[in-house]
Amino acid sequence: MANSSITSVGIVTPEVFHFKDPLILRSGKIIPYYDLITESYGELNKKKDNAILICHALSGDHHAAGFHSESEKKPGWWDSAIGPGKAIDTNLFYVVSVNNLGGCGGSTGPTSVNSVTGKPFGPDFPVITVADWVESQKRLMEVLNIEKWAAVIGGSLGGMQAQHWAIEYPEKLRGAICIASAAKLSAQNIAFNEVARHSITKDPNFHDGRYLEHNSNPKQGLMLARMIGHITYLSDSAMRLKFGKEFTGDQLKPEKNVGRNLKSGELSYELNVDFEVESYLHYQGERFSNNFDANTYLLMTKALDYFDPSTDFNNDLSEAFAGATCKFLLISFSTDWRFPPERSRELVEILLSASCDVSYIEIEADEGHDAFLMPIPKYMEALRAFLKNIYNELEDHAS
Amino acid sequence: MRPDLEIITSWIQNNERVLDLGCGSGEFLKNLHTERNVYGIGLEKDLQKIQSCLEIGVNVINQDLDSGLKNFKSNSFDTVLLAQTLQALSQPDVLIEDMLRVGERGIVTFPNFGNWKSRLYLFFRGRMPISKFMPHNWYDTPNIHFCTVKDFDLMCVEKSIKVLNKTVVNLEHQGSLAMKLFPNFLGEIAIYQITRS
Repeated sequence: MANSSITSVGIVTPEVFHFKDPLILRSGKIIPYYDLITESYGELNKKKDNAILICHALSGDHHAAGFHSESEKKPGWWDSAIGPGKAIDTNLFYVVSVNNLGGCGGSTGPTSVNSVTGKPFGPDFPVITVADWVESQKRLMEVLNIEKWAAVIGGSLGGMQAQHWAIEYPEKLRGAICIASAAKLSAQNIAFNEVARHSITKDPNFHDGRYLEHNSNPKQGLMLARMIGHITYLSDSAMRLKFGKEFTGDQLKPEKNVGRNLKSGELSYELNVDFEVESYLHYQGERFSNNFDANTYLLMTKALDYFDPSTDFNNDLSEAFAGATCKFLLISFSTDWRFPPERSRELVEILLSASCDVSYIEIEADEGHDAFLMPIPKYMEALRAFLKNIYNELEDHAS
Repeated sequence: MRPDLEIITSWIQNNERVLDLGCGSGEFLKNLHTERNVYGIGLEKDLQKIQSCLEIGVNVINQDLDSGLKNFKSNSFDTVLLAQTLQALSQPDVLIEDMLRVGERGIVTFPNFGNWKSRLYLFFRGRMPISKFMPHNWYDTPNIHFCTVKDFDLMCVEKSIKVLNKTVVNLEHQGSLAMKLFPNFLGEIAIYQITRS
């Protein structure tokens, strides 16, 4: 169908919205005013009912598709799925992507300057929950004059925002797509987050979160957090493939190599980086620690840990979803061990007992949790099919 | 609509909760939703068919029936439907019992191997019947548990399953008086509505 016309949304320019009304957070704290930075792709139709909200995960931002300039090498983080003719088809939908409050992509967050002190908020920026994000996204929706999202879509932490939308504002969305997500984190997941937080807060350059005031950055801590994260986002099989397929130093076949590619062709017998996987983790950690704010990382992991929609509903998740009226699509990936298929199936069970309209598909993929960012054909086709039905329903209403 | 599906539809009340095991491309559930306003969920393992369900807005869960229905709560559906899939299951009796745990009632349809055509094929050719309807060889067929109407009746007795309704149709999905009189000999497709007794 549209496969031949798959292209990019091209050059995009972010837009900043200023909100003057205070936002009362779950914690009871107040953010008196704030900015949200967004990007949008496609055109909002006359009825303003073809809008899709993209919610980002832990380290994402508003730059989901296209390029900021001709010279930008890498497109937005979900360019594989968003664009003209792609699964989230910008020929049909108006796609809005927002950097969440507390982020470091341009929305108000720990790196923003506190007008009272004249210094960056740093650790004074309040802990934000998924519910707070949804509240801020709802205000954005009002500014954009959108009555009802055609869909709210997110992977991982983004999928939690989609869930919260369905619970909190059932009449404001037609579809919720939760990819590689869960109804709440398990102890193992919280544990990974705590290791990441610990490595950041114990970095000597953390300065109790006031590193910006000290012209410093808890780089080692951030690097370590990201390296651990990366291991959990990939699967064992993905790492074997990634670091084993081009092995040429020996006659070993790729599948026997189990991902032990050497960086320089031979072992150093020193405490150096010997294997490709080590240098890959160093590279990822390095890149991340130069581009991401440590306090934001701490906030995002807290939002993940705290998410549990049942707390407002007598600890009963099916009661939480009982009022949801949108159609749900849940997607999981076979080798994802950070948010394994089992966690999505638990959510399916909850949605079934709440009599929600729910569909679930499990995709065979080697890439682990990261698979949600990959253009795996069966995954993309499921997204496309679900959205096509929503689009057709919009058309039906129009006629 | 196909007469067998029409019969099934007539056994389902308005606003029921229906679980369709092996829902295929979802057309039947879609139709049930239109005609009976059911809350329908389909189970399907073929990703292509799942995609078709998604396109027409039918709820579908990616699940292999041979792994059972343990993710479904007891008595959570009014009707659990198993259409033309019984013969392809590894443990049909286990699934039928699970169907009746999850649903108040079950509807099962299956090809009747007691039909005269199958009997004649086996009698004269001495080989497992192959037809346009079931074109596989014995070794590569997905249909591994064939039974006859009589066999199914006996299983229901053994498992204390109550038959609420039963009818047979031919491959054109039409019934006749003769088929009513000699279901196991003339019927090509059997349709049962069952419940726990």
